[in-house]
Amino acid sequence: MEYLIQYSSIFFLFLGCFFILSGSIGLIKLPDVFSRIHAAGLIDTLGTGFVILALIIYSGFSLVSLKLFLIPLFILFTSPISSHAISLFAYESGHKPKAKNKK
Amino acid sequence: MIFFIALASFGLSIVFCIYRAVKGPSPFDRILSISSIGTIMALGIAVHGFAFNRPDFIDIALMYILLNFLGTIAILKFYKMKGNKKI
Repeated sequence: MEYLIQYSSIFFLFLGCFFILSGSIGLIKLPDVFSRIHAAGLIDTLGTGFVILALIIYSGFSLVSLKLFLIPLFILFTSPISSHAISLFAYESGHKPKAKNKK
Repeated sequence: MIFFIALASFGLSIVFCIYRAVKGPSPFDRILSISSIGTIMALGIAVHGFAFNRPDFIDIALMYILLNFLGTIAILKFYKMKGNKKI
């Protein structure tokens, strides 16, 4: 049981690090504002979720795990609001999404 | 040991986000990458607390996430007040 907790925690931590790295590489490589918001959303949902899940499994059931559970709960409420506001203001100020096959 | 590898990975992704924040053509790219840096920094604070056996740092991570959201919305309201011209 000890080994199961330890190895599952290591596995989820590496998965979260992989998603955060791929999200930040996408923040460099993607061509447009509206597609970079997609890459930032990958950091906010999957990276945060897996890293916090690994820390919850590592710490066991206590007050610390309850506080850790509050972090993805706040991100679940605030991340869609901020990305929606960024895309709305970018569209109103004249940026148009780049479509590849434009008629 | 595992936590230090995770902290190094967070640092590398923060370097990528700083590259986009310096080079980004429009201000919205800069705001987006600064928001991503804030999220990664909060995760780094939480992992750092577990790496040094002091889990009290989670309160600071919670505060950091809330202030990050407020800062993003405040900068966007500032750009909204400057009018709808192309920036």
